[in-house]
Order: sequence, then C-alpha cells, then structure tokens
Amino acid sequence: MTKTKDIRLMKGNEAFAEGIIRAGCDGYFGYPITPQSEVLEYLSAQKTKERTGMVVLQAESEIASIHMVYGGAACGKRVVTSSSSPGISLMQEGFSYLAGTELPCLLMNVVRGGPGLGTIQPSQSDYFQTVKGGGHGDYKMIVLAPASVQEMYDFTKLGFDLAFKYRIQVMILSDGAIGQMMEKVELDKQLPRLTDEEIIKKYPWATTGKTADRERNIITSLDLNPAKQEIMNRKLQAKFKRVEENEVRFENIHCDDAEYIFVAYGSSARVCEKAVQLGRAKGIKVGLLRLITLFPFPYEEVARLSKQVEGILTIEMSAGQMVEDVRLGANGAVRVEHYGRLGGIIPAPEEVLNVLEETFIKTKTYA
Amino acid sequence: MLDTVPITKEEICKPENLVYGRTPLMTDATLSYCPGCGHGTIHRLIMEVIEEMNLQADTIGVAPVGCSVLAYDFLNIDMQQAAHGRAPAVATGIKRLMPHKFVFTYQGDGDLAAIGTGETIHACNRGENITIFFVNNGIYGMTGGQMAPTTLPNMKTATSPFGRDIETMGNPLKITELIAMLPGTYYVTRQSVHTAANVRKAKKAIQKAIEYQKLNKGLSFVEIVSNCNSGWKMTPVESNKWMEEKMFPFYPLGDIKIPK
Repeated sequence: MTKTKDIRLMKGNEAFAEGIIRAGCDGYFGYPITPQSEVLEYLSAQKTKERTGMVVLQAESEIASIHMVYGGAACGKRVVTSSSSPGISLMQEGFSYLAGTELPCLLMNVVRGGPGLGTIQPSQSDYFQTVKGGGHGDYKMIVLAPASVQEMYDFTKLGFDLAFKYRIQVMILSDGAIGQMMEKVELDKQLPRLTDEEIIKKYPWATTGKTADRERNIITSLDLNPAKQEIMNRKLQAKFKRVEENEVRFENIHCDDAEYIFVAYGSSARVCEKAVQLGRAKGIKVGLLRLITLFPFPYEEVARLSKQVEGILTIEMSAGQMVEDVRLGANGAVRVEHYGRLGGIIPAPEEVLNVLEETFIKTKTYA
Repeated sequence: MLDTVPITKEEICKPENLVYGRTPLMTDATLSYCPGCGHGTIHRLIMEVIEEMNLQADTIGVAPVGCSVLAYDFLNIDMQQAAHGRAPAVATGIKRLMPHKFVFTYQGDGDLAAIGTGETIHACNRGENITIFFVNNGIYGMTGGQMAPTTLPNMKTATSPFGRDIETMGNPLKITELIAMLPGTYYVTRQSVHTAANVRKAKKAIQKAIEYQKLNKGLSFVEIVSNCNSGWKMTPVESNKWMEEKMFPFYPLGDIKIPK
C-alpha cells in the first residue's frame, strides 16, 4: 500500500485549529474577534467532542477565556486560547498568573493594527507586549513566529511540547495575513489525548484531587514572605535562562556571503525573502535572518552576522519594536536601521529593497 | 438511684466516647482570620461535608483574592488560587475538563459581586455544574475595610467614611437574587453561621449543594452572610448583633431558589 500524504488547502487560522486537535488538545476556550474568529468557528464545526473528546467553549470574554485556560492547565490538561490584539491585551492578567504558577499552555495572537480598536488588517505591533511581557511582574513566554500556514499548523505540536517541557506559556505570534491566507498544509496523524491516569503520572504537580498517597497540590503564585517570593522569582529566571540556552530558532536565507541582511519574522519575512531574490538578481549581496523564536531571541546569531555584514535592516509592521533586540545583539558592531509600515499595511518587496539600497548602498562613502 | 461513680478524664477521652472531632480535611495551620470572623466556621463546614461524603480525592477547590486567599493553607484538598474575581471562569475550565470531579469556588463579595460579576453571571447562566460558596460581609476585609458592592446604605467604610451615599456611590447589589433568576442555577440559598442553629442549617445547605453537583444538576450557589468585626470596627459580639439588625433585613436568610 502506498502512503499518501494528507495535504489540504487551508487558512492559517484553520490550520492552527486543526493542529491543536491533532496535537491532542484537551480544551479550547475562546471569544470571537477579527481576524482570528475562524479558529473558534472551525473548532465548533469539527464536533471535537465526538472526534477526540476535546472540549470547545465560547467564553463571555477574553478574560474569562484565559482563566478557563488557567483552570484546565492547572489540572495538567493541554489547553489553548487564541485571540487578536485587543483581546490579547485583556488576557495579560491571566498570562501573568500562568507565569507565576508555571502552568503550561498554548496561546495564539493573530495580530492586527493598533493602538485601541485600530484596524483588522495585519500588523506586528504587539512585539513588545508579547516578547517583553505585557502583564505585571518579571516573566517571559516562549514566542514562536510562523511565516506560513504550514507553520501555523506545525507550531501547535511544537508549542505543546515546549510548554510542558518547561512548564511555560507558549505564544504563537501570528498576524492578520498569516491567519487569513490560504496555502497547502501537510497534516500529521492524530495524536491521542492523555488519559487522566497518564496525566497524574506525568504531571505530579497537577490538581487532580488529593489522594491518600500524596500531599495536597496547590497552584498559586502568592507568597507573602518576600524571601520566599524572591526564591520563586529566581527559579523562574533560571528557567527562562534554560530556555534561552536551548530553544533559539531562526533561519538563515542567503546569509553566508551577505553584505547586508534583513531581519524579519512572520509576514514581513516573506516580503523580505522576495526582496532578497530581487536584490540578488540586481547583484546586491543581501540575505535574510528570519526569526522563528522571538523569545528566546537569537542575539548570538545577530552578533555573529553583525561582524560580517555592512548593514542590517529590520522589517516589521510596527514603528520599530524588534529592532531594539537586533541592536542589542549587534551591540554597535554594525549600523542597524528599521523600516516598517503601520496601521495594517504590508510593505512590498520592491519597497523594502529600495529602503535597503537608499539606507546603506547609495549613501555609502568611500575613503 | 443513679450510679454516681465519678468518670475519669481518661475514660472520657476514649475514642468510643467521641461525639465530635475535628475533620482531618482541615490542616494543622493556624487560621489567619481575625477572632470572631465566620470564615473558619465556613471552611470547617465545607470540609466536614466533603469528608462525610468521602470526596477528598475528587475535590478541586478554587480560592479567591480576599481574606480567604490563603484558604488552601487550611483546607487539606487540591486547590487553585484564582485571580481576583475569576474563580468561576477557573472553575469552569476545571469542571469542563474534569467533569467527574467535585469543583467549588469560595469567594467574597468584592471578588464575586464587583470585579468578578461577569464571570459569576455567565458561569451561573451557562449552568456550569459547580458549587459557589459566597461569603458576604458587606466590605473588603483584606484590603482594610473599603466599600464593597454589598455595603449597606449609609454604612461607614474606609472609602465611604461618612456612610455609603447611594446617590453618588450606587446601591448595594443583591447578586444572589439576581443569580436565582438565571435558568442555569439549580439551588440558590442564603445562610449564616453566627449561631449554633444557623451553623446546622448552613451545613445542610452545603450538603445539598454538593449533592446536586454529584447529580449533575447545574450550578448551586450558597451565600453565607457573615461578619467582619475588624472591618466594621466592632467586637465579635457587637458585629453579630449588627448583622442580625442591619444585614439580615436587607439580605434575608433562607432558600431563594429550590429544585422543583
């Protein structure tokens, strides 16, 4: 029998939804918001209760969604919520509590333009909120930036794996273009959901009911003793450091001989990939550092490339957020500039190549 | 003539003579509540019922923000601490994914009827098969006695030092009556624990609420009107008297919604 691949044409949001089902998700809690409503719609149409036993519930708000996630995550379940920028702002309280209690879960943000109600078109202006921590306290979450519909699907399983490996939140930071576009997606086999017995064995910290053979499990971020709270915070920081040491992910595209590089992620990385092709056709040695993890950030790779190239241009649909981390990585070794479009506009490949030329090449002075 | 042989202390302490014991579902930790506060009694009643129904291994409790934020220090069961007001959403997440477990929230009036109004109303309206214990003392106890949504008209608090002026500060919220109107709630009652008779009645209400969850009947809601002698700036005895005279006329005790 020949093995046929399961390939489908899907929207990014649908691929994410199908991905979480196949990765063995136990529960999804969400609230409608453009441009990510397809996630809840798709899951609701899938009859997940019959398909895998997965719970899907439309909550009364994003605040309720994230706290339902908290309740489920504390039971050792694989739980998910997703939203778009204004809804993600509402969830920041929950993110902070999830960080303080070290609960694993998968989150997804289909970023739209802001501030305020902004627009429903794609944007990348939630970088600071996501990567630097939008809620209160010292915490980080792992941030994955998909640049294709396939990655919207692939990052669901990766996200769950990372979340449970470190007991940490994993955010898939998408955008309105990746969420709404349709591409072909290769699907994997359905992974089984864990049974309650497997959860008790794998996650002894989970609140599954106190049995005679163990002490009670308590999920809390509160400790009124500052000395103990400091120890807890140091433990969290040590975990984030382990994540930084082990989970950096990026892709180098034509960087080996590059004299100039773009640094970008998500939709902007796709624009830059095309711009690299156009530039190479014109004889410009340009490459692209595509970021896959935004936390942990590939500072070392940026530092390495900074010693090689003559200029770095970050492309982000923002007023310049990710550029700050690139400058930290470059540490003055090379000039780093930012170019972005705002309010839901995606820059064109010709446009960003032109900016690169204007910024670094046409202004070049020779001694 | 009655047998007048004196009974020794050792005789009295024999296990077979035990008529009342402390439930092992309360931990050995010293309660952090003020002397005279009702929380300790309410904690004990809930734990006694869970013990009597043999539910310890099947119970997941949700502690709120407020005086009872540290409830998990005293209750010998698995517990989660929820963000302020979010306990009904947290409990929804637990119960939906662990439908065979007994799930309850324990919330004060600031938590449940102010910041958590949305989560409370919607969990009740969806008929989540959980139990909510709502301790109403008409004040924010932990933060130092500020005005709560349930603070009575003209009542003096740290943020209504001249009395709650309903013209500018709004009316006290009878959230339990509001919740009783929702089709998702199965059993809604208001109790107190300030006398031995009331303790017995409250325990019966707690038993019913837990029994209904075991029977998958929907949401049961047990309000317990309690005192806050520290926040009210009274002695425990004065506060119980004040509760009878002022709180009960506005928040009358008894069942509000009973199963048909």
